[in-house]
Amino acid sequence: MSILIYAESAEGKFKKVAFELASYAKNVAETLGTSVTAITINTNDVSELSDYGVDKVLKVNNPKLAGFTAKAYADAIKQAAQKENSQVIILSSTTDSLYLAPLVSISLEAGFASNVVGLPQKLSPFQVKRNGFSNKAFVTTEITTPIKVLSISKNSYGIFENKSSLAEEDFNPSIEETDFGVKVVSVEKASGKVTIADADIVVSAGRGLKGPENWGMIEELATVLGAATACSKPVSDLGWRPHGEHVGQTGKPVAANLYIAIGVSGAIQHIAGINSSKVKVVINTDPEAPFFKVADYGVVGDAFEIVPKLIEKLKSFKANN
Amino acid sequence: MNILVCISHVPDTTSKINFTDNDTLFDTNGVQFVINPNDEFGLTRAIWFQEQQGANVTVVNVGGPETEPTLRKALAIGANEAIRVNANPTDGFFVAKQLAEVIKNGNYDLVIAGKESLDYNGGMVPGMIAGLLGFNFINSCVALTIEGNSVTASREIDGGKEIVNSQLPLIIGGQKGLVEEKDLRIPNMRGIMTARTKVLTIIEPVGGESKTATVKFEKPAPKSAVKLVSADNLDELISLLHNEAKVI
Repeated sequence: MSILIYAESAEGKFKKVAFELASYAKNVAETLGTSVTAITINTNDVSELSDYGVDKVLKVNNPKLAGFTAKAYADAIKQAAQKENSQVIILSSTTDSLYLAPLVSISLEAGFASNVVGLPQKLSPFQVKRNGFSNKAFVTTEITTPIKVLSISKNSYGIFENKSSLAEEDFNPSIEETDFGVKVVSVEKASGKVTIADADIVVSAGRGLKGPENWGMIEELATVLGAATACSKPVSDLGWRPHGEHVGQTGKPVAANLYIAIGVSGAIQHIAGINSSKVKVVINTDPEAPFFKVADYGVVGDAFEIVPKLIEKLKSFKANN
Repeated sequence: MNILVCISHVPDTTSKINFTDNDTLFDTNGVQFVINPNDEFGLTRAIWFQEQQGANVTVVNVGGPETEPTLRKALAIGANEAIRVNANPTDGFFVAKQLAEVIKNGNYDLVIAGKESLDYNGGMVPGMIAGLLGFNFINSCVALTIEGNSVTASREIDGGKEIVNSQLPLIIGGQKGLVEEKDLRIPNMRGIMTARTKVLTIIEPVGGESKTATVKFEKPAPKSAVKLVSADNLDELISLLHNEAKVI
């Protein structure tokens, strides 16, 4: 009956979302009077899970699963859920987890709710609150099947320490050849850069920057804050910045703790993609820019004067804190 | 090659979102509906396969008669024919089940669905169809080429992309990148005229099961006004972010 989470890792180390899932699952498990089991796939050291309330870990170590394969990973998670007789399976909102979640839900004949924000509102019937309508509304969804699959919106719950004693167990799910119908040929990934998906802070800039040659200060600001860089759609359409940095409705979604928008007017499509970020700061010369309506903090003024000053001030702030 | 493009009929992004019946129904009053943007990128790529490789393109939607203008628009853009499954789409699983049935009866090599719709943002329909039919499945697909039965595609991953190989039959969850924004087509008069005479088949749904139900909708609490900080006092901004918002 244990609650099952898939604790994701990259290159053998846990992603931060794994700890958010563990914290969330622990809370639900305590209310239900049950325990939390995690499944890990090719993760080297799983002991950190005991800091966040996980009671048991099923460790899968299989060289066939070295690269992400949605069907094979979904198959492993399904078998873990069956082994643990789990009624609630909790996944994250990473690109990989959103890929495999519907496959898991079909194989377990489970109802699936994605983009879940906050703890279940009720456990019987099982109701959760989700983000919908591109963050313009919340939807309360009831999952009516005995087995439930949830994917939790990043940063919507938080990470809470909760020491537990962790039982480790090796787990060898049977993986079929038919799980490998899609084969990875190559991966293109910028190394050493904070990705928009993983970042707690995102620094984004728009056409107000006037040209690609002016991005040096944006990158420097991001480095000082340990942030990822992003851009508005016109900037990526103009080829000033790579497509992978485009955030907004047709670009990447952002659910950061802090989103700083510099020289971005705040078109509704842009806001739709970034609005689940917790704190939004806007720097813009135009006090009428629509972004000020959705921002928490704003500075009206010229980015070319403000950003270099901000970098200097943040450097001395970081040195003293 | 037979391609099926799954089309979701969604409120335009700029629409005001409101609810009626005690916040249990979406208020369609005054709302402009469009082809879901992620589906439109896929549709445009399908039309490319039609023009360059002789593919036949069918579009399908699960919805009531009010969704037909959206299907007609897809026909005007260039799809060969359309299917409407005459049912209220109660949840993602129900829609996936209906579409899987259409695919089983239709001999399609490639199924393209948007990775997510703009209304419910479930992101589950393409994956569920793949699960129901056992098709090869590529989600967050940003490039797709096909020769014979061989598929080469790119998938967006966190922080980059991945090149993958697969075989038809295949289902993809598509998005921007399959084609670029500038490649999207606005139907011309000739397209609109021919769309009127193209075949739009209405079929009845199979089994009425859903696995989730919408209980109610809620709009976020109104936002408090932005706190403006003077450009000459950036120390205050840093202090607010550190002490009040606690994000740095």
